[in-house]
Amino acid sequence: MTKNNDKQLFQEYKDTLKMEKKVVISWQLAILVGFIALWEISSRLYWIDPLIFSSPVQVFEVIISSISEGSMLLHLQITLFETIAGFLIGTIGGIIIATLLWSSKRFAKIMDPYLVILNAMPKVALGPILIVALGTGYISIITMGAIICVIITTLVVYSAFNEVDPNYEKVLISFGATRWQSFKEAIFPAAMPAMISTLKVNVGLSWVGVIVGEFLVAKNGLGYLIIYGFQVFDFSLVLSSLVLIAVFAAIMYKLVERLEGWLIKHST
Amino acid sequence: MSFLQLAHVSHHYFSKKGYTKALDDVSFSIREGEFIALLGPSGCGKSTILSIIAGIMEQTSGNVLLQDKPIRDSEMAIGYMLQQDYLFPWKTIIDNVLLGPKISKTLGNDSRKLANELLNEVGLPGVAENYPSSLSGGMRQRVALVRTLINDPKILLLDEPFSALDYQTKLKLEDLVAQLLKTYNKTTILVTHDIGEAIAMSDKIFIMDANPGTIAKTFEVPIELRNETPFFVRRHPKYQILFDKIWKELDTEENEPVTAKVVASSDDQEQ
Repeated sequence: MTKNNDKQLFQEYKDTLKMEKKVVISWQLAILVGFIALWEISSRLYWIDPLIFSSPVQVFEVIISSISEGSMLLHLQITLFETIAGFLIGTIGGIIIATLLWSSKRFAKIMDPYLVILNAMPKVALGPILIVALGTGYISIITMGAIICVIITTLVVYSAFNEVDPNYEKVLISFGATRWQSFKEAIFPAAMPAMISTLKVNVGLSWVGVIVGEFLVAKNGLGYLIIYGFQVFDFSLVLSSLVLIAVFAAIMYKLVERLEGWLIKHST
Repeated sequence: MSFLQLAHVSHHYFSKKGYTKALDDVSFSIREGEFIALLGPSGCGKSTILSIIAGIMEQTSGNVLLQDKPIRDSEMAIGYMLQQDYLFPWKTIIDNVLLGPKISKTLGNDSRKLANELLNEVGLPGVAENYPSSLSGGMRQRVALVRTLINDPKILLLDEPFSALDYQTKLKLEDLVAQLLKTYNKTTILVTHDIGEAIAMSDKIFIMDANPGTIAKTFEVPIELRNETPFFVRRHPKYQILFDKIWKELDTEENEPVTAKVVASSDDQEQ
């Protein structure tokens, strides 16, 4: 009798969870559909200027036609490549610099003010210098994507290295471990969660770097399309590029989230 | 002949604001296979002594000799067990246990076999592939003990290793550790603030005084108690007598005036 009652209570609990999820998803869909509908209606009824704000139908048409003719895919590929490259270089570079800082306390002390300045400085302001130094090709755009996340990665990862419980190191030292062995066995794996969380931040940052880079010089890529659309006053093109950026940034974010789940499962 | 000897060891902790004298002229010696306990209030430098012997810190003056040679030159393994187990949560139990051999690059089938034997001996068969998070506090501390023993340390340093456990687990673990250490004839230094634990486990008890840390008094544990397991020592008639003596000693110590702990650096500037 009581057992049935327990089961029933559990079932009720599961039902409330399901119900809650349904409510949240319906609201999310409602906001999306409502926004698109409102946009379309306001554009058709000239509440907003369709020349500037376009309309969902037009944006959709631009995306379909440019994808079918192949040009959009090229731009998309280039931007994705640059973003992923910038993201990887920035993240890995940041972790390597943090490791160097950890390996020598004195080096870290010496570098401290420079890191503070580099971190505080808006990295996109370096754009023109990068272009002059590295040319107008992919290299400067990828560098832009990397440079924007490398410093923050360095700072976050370095502080994570320092926050590892010193007793883990104590255990290793009592076994006669060298500093490098301590790093490999304790410091690096213990700082894993912090490194994984920087991945998520870096996805967003490297998109910023790459799009700004493309604004400045590119002849290809979604950032270029936005600027080009703006110059020829084709706002459907601008908005369709924006939609693609939003979709692919979200996909990349979700992939990194998956990776995070996988890494946490296999490293803790 | 003394196995481990501390001769006039002093230690200071420095900070920007001043310095603290943690140990002042501490001297004692231990015979091979002896089990000694350092007992005293918190902040008396008990853990500092262990850190110095373990080579994690260097004393500011004095010598630590192992078989009449400076301990830093010695190749002999020292096992250090901390208050918490500090098992690495991202490593399996077997990988945690094999950390010592891995660090000293002696990892092989022999050490794997020994690891499994030792895990069996402490009553933990079949947990090798588990992660520490799936074990209870007592089990984890037993794994930490195995991780220490696998390196065959000549000296074992126990820094309140039972203090984070519940009472029952603690008593059981005391028996296990005492029996294991006796079997392998390990020289051991136990740091504790639990009088009962000190009497139950050790051969000799050093009472420490704080501010700065010194050895105030030494108690020999009667031979009848030494041969018992810790659980039965607590029921022995002589246990209570020694307990009361130590209690009185610690009590009088506590009533002495406490001097300022941190020496202000302004004194130095005036000189």
